[in-house]
Amino acid sequence: MPADPYFKKTSTRKMLGECPKMRKRISLYSLTFSLPLFIWQVVFFVFPLAFLVALSFWTVKNFRMQPDFDTINWVTMYGRSIFWQSYGLTFAMAAAASVITSILAFPCSFAIAFKLGPKARQLAIFMMVIPFFTSYLVRVYSWQIFLSDNGIINGFLALVGLEKIAMLNTVFATMIGYLTLCFPLVVLLQLFSLMFIDRTLIEAAHNLRCGRLRTVFEVVIPSARVGLVIAALFCFILSFGDFVSPIYLGGGDPTTLSILITDTTKSGQQWPRAAVIALTMIGTLLAVAFAAIRFAYKGREQ
Amino acid sequence: MNDFNRSRFIEIGLRFYVVLSFAFVFAPIAASFIFSFNSDRFPSIPLGAFSTEWYRAVANDPLVWDGLGNTLFVGIIVSVVSTALGFGAAYTDFRYRFFGKPVYMALALLPPTIPVVILGLAMLAYLSRINLSGQSVSVIIAHIVICSPFAMAISRLRLSQMDPDLEAAAWNLGASEWAAMRYVIVPFCLPAIFGALFITMAVSFDEFAIAWFVSGLNETLPVKVLGFLQGQVSPRINVIGTFVFVTSMTLVIIAQILLTRQTRETPAKD
Repeated sequence: MPADPYFKKTSTRKMLGECPKMRKRISLYSLTFSLPLFIWQVVFFVFPLAFLVALSFWTVKNFRMQPDFDTINWVTMYGRSIFWQSYGLTFAMAAAASVITSILAFPCSFAIAFKLGPKARQLAIFMMVIPFFTSYLVRVYSWQIFLSDNGIINGFLALVGLEKIAMLNTVFATMIGYLTLCFPLVVLLQLFSLMFIDRTLIEAAHNLRCGRLRTVFEVVIPSARVGLVIAALFCFILSFGDFVSPIYLGGGDPTTLSILITDTTKSGQQWPRAAVIALTMIGTLLAVAFAAIRFAYKGREQ
Repeated sequence: MNDFNRSRFIEIGLRFYVVLSFAFVFAPIAASFIFSFNSDRFPSIPLGAFSTEWYRAVANDPLVWDGLGNTLFVGIIVSVVSTALGFGAAYTDFRYRFFGKPVYMALALLPPTIPVVILGLAMLAYLSRINLSGQSVSVIIAHIVICSPFAMAISRLRLSQMDPDLEAAAWNLGASEWAAMRYVIVPFCLPAIFGALFITMAVSFDEFAIAWFVSGLNETLPVKVLGFLQGQVSPRINVIGTFVFVTSMTLVIIAQILLTRQTRETPAKD
């Protein structure tokens, strides 16, 4: 975040006694701009999430939810082995996705940051932003065309006389989906941290006869650590909560937590149990985010 | 610059890797486009004949038109409201310092990082409690929550390019705060405001998960696609997909052109 020059100048202005109008902090004017978003996010973002907490203690009787304070949903969900199985699976898959995506994205962002000219780099960024905002759902459907038993890849294999490979409804396909979801964002985040590396550091390493790979591992990656970790964190968050790839590419089996939520919600009135799953996911994400940010800034600010 | 660590081979390899990455990213978009014109029912290679029958099938499907109508209705309202909210928050961050600002900023920026399944469930439970679920307005409410942070970020970037003295100069020349906003700040931010309008519309246009949870019978087009996916394999999804891709790519490209043009016009300040 660049430092905002405004406030520094405000204090000079204050000393010079200029422009008395802007002294008033709380005015109709300031509230007009600041309050609408605040109210909206409190009412429609904070309240729903808080309600989720309350909901997890409600009970369901005769297919009707009623306000209550009962830990039965927590006890039931946490007592089920399927819950812990999918928890472990979801966590492992999201962790794997963030490692794989980070590794696959790094050469790409490295090349864009260091090997392309300014024009080409701008075009590459431009192109990477586009998929981030284009329908993930349809892109996943499109991967079905590639991966299905009679799809493009197997069609190609048949043309050159090779045997079919079953790819759809496997963990591999789910990973392709996660990669589709996260790759552009991870490249962009890595890219922004790589672009801000002090080039003289790299040149210094080269002048000291530091080899190519060693420069990457001992100069570039440590300098860009914050950005790289945050990119991986976003990948983890996105894959941990995604339900499209596990269902439509992974075949819904084994079940991830997000599938568990959609199933529990859409089939009947077991919303309190779905709330338990959702809250567990939020807790996990907060813990992972906290750990990742600690790790990213470790030894940075002393 | 010394040439000790330069190797043509690695340079070419890395460039090729970039091309490969873009191929991976755009392959599904290209496939959707190509197979939407393919006559075969089950998409594979070799390709069948060129055909527009799936386009005709989609054009004659009233459900698709309903979904498109809902999507447009939701998208336009969402983009206008979330751009207004996001711009206000960006201006607040730009101009004021106050107690609890980190909390304010967290509220303004966090929503897109919450997994959509969780937000969808929370919205469904909460909105049905206050009798607002199962309508287009529920989708609108939820989409504004996740879209306004994008508008906020875009507007804030533009504001940080503005010389803060401009506003003060307007005040010194006798403009009221409102007039300075109207004649100085808004014109300066106009490209970002339009950029935010297009980006938020694209985000709303593509969001299906929360919409699926809360929309009930007023499904938007992406929710319809989700329904299609659960049902049969049909090349019609490719047609709708192509349409969705073209629309959101257009929106994002226009927004990006607006946003990069503005930085070039404004000389960089130190």
